[in-house]
Amino acid sequence: MQRYVIRRLLLIVLTLFLVSVIVFLMIRLIPGDIVDSMIAEMMRGGQILGEPPDRERLERAFGIDVPIHVQYGRWLRDLMLHGSLGNSLLSGAPALELIGSRIGVTFELGLLAILISMLISLPIGVFSAMRQDTFGDYLGRSLAIIFIAVPSFWIGTLIMIYPSIWWGWTPPLEVIPFTEDPIGNLKMFLIPAFILGMAMAGTTMRMTRTMMLEVLRQDYIRTAYSKGLRENLVVVRHALRNALMPVVTVIGAELVLLAGGSIIIEQIFALPGTGKLMLEALHQRDYTIVSGINMVVATVVVMSNLLIDISYAYLDPRVRYG
Amino acid sequence: MNRTTEIPVQDIQPRRRGPWADFVFRLTREKPLGIVGGAIVALLLFCGVFADFLAPYEIDEIDILSRFAPISGDHLLGADQLGRDIFSRLIYGARVSMIVGLAATAATVLVAAAIGVPSGFFGGKPDIVMQRFVDAWTAFPYMLILLTVMSIVGRGMIQIALVIGILNGIGWSRVVRSAVIEIKGNDYFLAAHALGSAHAGTLWRHVMPNVTAPLIVIFSVSIGSAIMAEASLSFLGFGLPPDVPSWGGMLSGEGRRFMETKPVLALFPGIALATVIYGVNMFGDAVRDLLDPRLRGSK
Repeated sequence: MQRYVIRRLLLIVLTLFLVSVIVFLMIRLIPGDIVDSMIAEMMRGGQILGEPPDRERLERAFGIDVPIHVQYGRWLRDLMLHGSLGNSLLSGAPALELIGSRIGVTFELGLLAILISMLISLPIGVFSAMRQDTFGDYLGRSLAIIFIAVPSFWIGTLIMIYPSIWWGWTPPLEVIPFTEDPIGNLKMFLIPAFILGMAMAGTTMRMTRTMMLEVLRQDYIRTAYSKGLRENLVVVRHALRNALMPVVTVIGAELVLLAGGSIIIEQIFALPGTGKLMLEALHQRDYTIVSGINMVVATVVVMSNLLIDISYAYLDPRVRYG
Repeated sequence: MNRTTEIPVQDIQPRRRGPWADFVFRLTREKPLGIVGGAIVALLLFCGVFADFLAPYEIDEIDILSRFAPISGDHLLGADQLGRDIFSRLIYGARVSMIVGLAATAATVLVAAAIGVPSGFFGGKPDIVMQRFVDAWTAFPYMLILLTVMSIVGRGMIQIALVIGILNGIGWSRVVRSAVIEIKGNDYFLAAHALGSAHAGTLWRHVMPNVTAPLIVIFSVSIGSAIMAEASLSFLGFGLPPDVPSWGGMLSGEGRRFMETKPVLALFPGIALATVIYGVNMFGDAVRDLLDPRLRGSK
């Protein structure tokens, strides 16, 4: 187990290194850098009358006057020695600090979305499998398909519009801190998290149903029934535990989608999380922040997938990592 | 006494249907939902191809007098804040979704094959290196990287199709790679090798025909996500320019300010999008189940 974890951690370091190379190259190799866009923006805004600013001086200030591998070397050195992802090109504030101040909102949103999606998908998925090819099964499966097909930004938009017309209800625009007013905070996050969790619930529901169907046909389930156990007990204690493993993997894979979906949801509901920060940074071409967010989110995703894989060993005695 | 009884001889005919006819036959027999999906896909293609004839108004026909026109015979679904006919814009939106969906998915398949086939076929060190890059790639949140690249290359139809297509293709190359590795383990491949067939020869004659099924499946399964990605990007203002009638774009930008008072504006683009995603996904799932059931659950 220990060796497995160490090997995985080494692999993660390699993966994150490659992630950073890709982000770095992508942003800098594609034509048009921050100086171009800043000058263009200023000219368009009419802020500069007469001579455009000195390109070289600006390039030096942003550290993009040296070859790309030197830029990458500097970036990596700062990360290794100072644990820094660079400073925001616009405000000069450290990128990590900016991201750190926003990540709480995204984290809460994501966590609630996962919880809600599981609360919806597991019972319906199990029910669908137990009553295969009945009306209830068809209903559950249709629901899953609808959850996947309906775009979250559309539902979000409708929720912003219709309740305010019908009941004069609008979502709060200021974040209520959890420590001050836990109930108000949860109320505020509940609807965005529900929408975010919907698409995920659809996939998880389908996976749960498929896995349960497979497990329910196993011999040990028949044994459990034949020794007179009640259905609920068989399903919960014998079937569900075995069916859940692949479901957990799917949830891990969905983290990537969740991070993307939260950008849209944060935008619609004006939640100041990393997704919103990302959009702001993209609009302002603040690429230090953009690559910083990419790095942080990639790290979170990779680490959670490792945690999921490790949790297998505890959930399932058959899994042994050598 | 005659003890023999006549055993009715069942006339076992070899199936004479061609592969396409067989596919359609099985689709109707085994996958009723796939037929519904197929019908929606056909409708999307029909609207996309014949948008010029179907739409009663031009895309950008602005008529200030019919601002926010209600649903009527003149404007089947009403008109927006500039007096543009919503029904016509939805029809043209179908064309946008169709083009982006097909182009992006074509790119996805090409990229998946271009990475997956050599990686699986030659194996060894290049394969290991390539796979680590694919690993790194799949660790990225898809939307984040889409946004990042789109903000650099700029808004536009070609850009968005290529970006979505290439990004998707890198992830799917895994499936192609494992399909190629599986083919390599087959006897006919070993036989070809033993007979001294050259690398390029075996690749073309034995590997490529056998990865077409997974490639078709990848194509049909990823159209839905490509259409959804375009709509999401356009909604966030990083997809198509505002004058292009994208369903996602219709829900954002200028129109959004008026949705509080004219909620109908928000209704129809979303319905169109959800219906198409539903149909495309159902059809794609059916195609996958019929052609390559092993891929079920992968991605």
